[in-house]
Amino acid sequence: MNTELLLFLILALVAIASALAMLASSNAIYSALFLIVNFGTIAIFYLLLGAPFLAMAQVTVYAGAIMVLFLFVIMLLGAEQLRQRQSLTWQQPLAIALGAVLLVETVYIFLTRSQSELLPSLEQILPDFGSPTAIGELLFHEYLLPFEITSVLLLVAMIGAIVLSRHRDVKVREELRPE
Amino acid sequence: MVPVSYYITLSAILFTLGALGVLIRRNAIVIFMSVELMLNAANLAFVAFSQMYASLNGQVFVFFVMTVAAAEVAVGLALIVAIFRNKHSIDVDEISTLRG
Repeated sequence: MNTELLLFLILALVAIASALAMLASSNAIYSALFLIVNFGTIAIFYLLLGAPFLAMAQVTVYAGAIMVLFLFVIMLLGAEQLRQRQSLTWQQPLAIALGAVLLVETVYIFLTRSQSELLPSLEQILPDFGSPTAIGELLFHEYLLPFEITSVLLLVAMIGAIVLSRHRDVKVREELRPE
Repeated sequence: MVPVSYYITLSAILFTLGALGVLIRRNAIVIFMSVELMLNAANLAFVAFSQMYASLNGQVFVFFVMTVAAAEVAVGLALIVAIFRNKHSIDVDEISTLRG
């Protein structure tokens, strides 16, 4: 067994275990921390797959910014210890059964349709495959319009988040404020 | 090298776990985190195929998915905060005002 396969198996085990732990832990803070572990392993998978730029973006955007936002909101609301109250008793076993069916289906389709080819080794393809330079060139030539639309999307999301989280009685307070 | 089918299988497992989390958990924030897990599983499949076909288009698409996920998280968490302010709970079973 070569070292890369061994590394893959260990990381896959960590990824699946952390995802399971995220589902199982009753404290939302622990769930968020397990998800950060999961995102970290996925970043290492990106490195193994020859995508260093995406690996760094994964660490900074996902494991960094997004999860900090999650942790911030969990702590702000103080809602980390939500008791798991089931109103539908049959839902959980049914969900697990359907999840198993989905998994078997997906794996079956993937493994029968693809001829399970080996990945080309990194030397075969371009040496700067997945580097920030290569991604940036593609992004600013072929994908320029989607890239610009992304900036509008982020602006809209920012405005939306501000509007949604604003106190509704701001107007009232401004009216009550003495001149 | 690790065969691409291994990565695809791992991606399928992670996606299923995310879907399971959406179905099982009642905490809106944990449901949200499960959606992020599903997005990441799809991203992993994208990068694996991008490596298999030696084409960077898959990686650029993952970049866009990350951007959309960031926007989605910002708006979604603002929604959760607004709901919590009104209902003092983020249990999705109690968010049933629109029920007919």
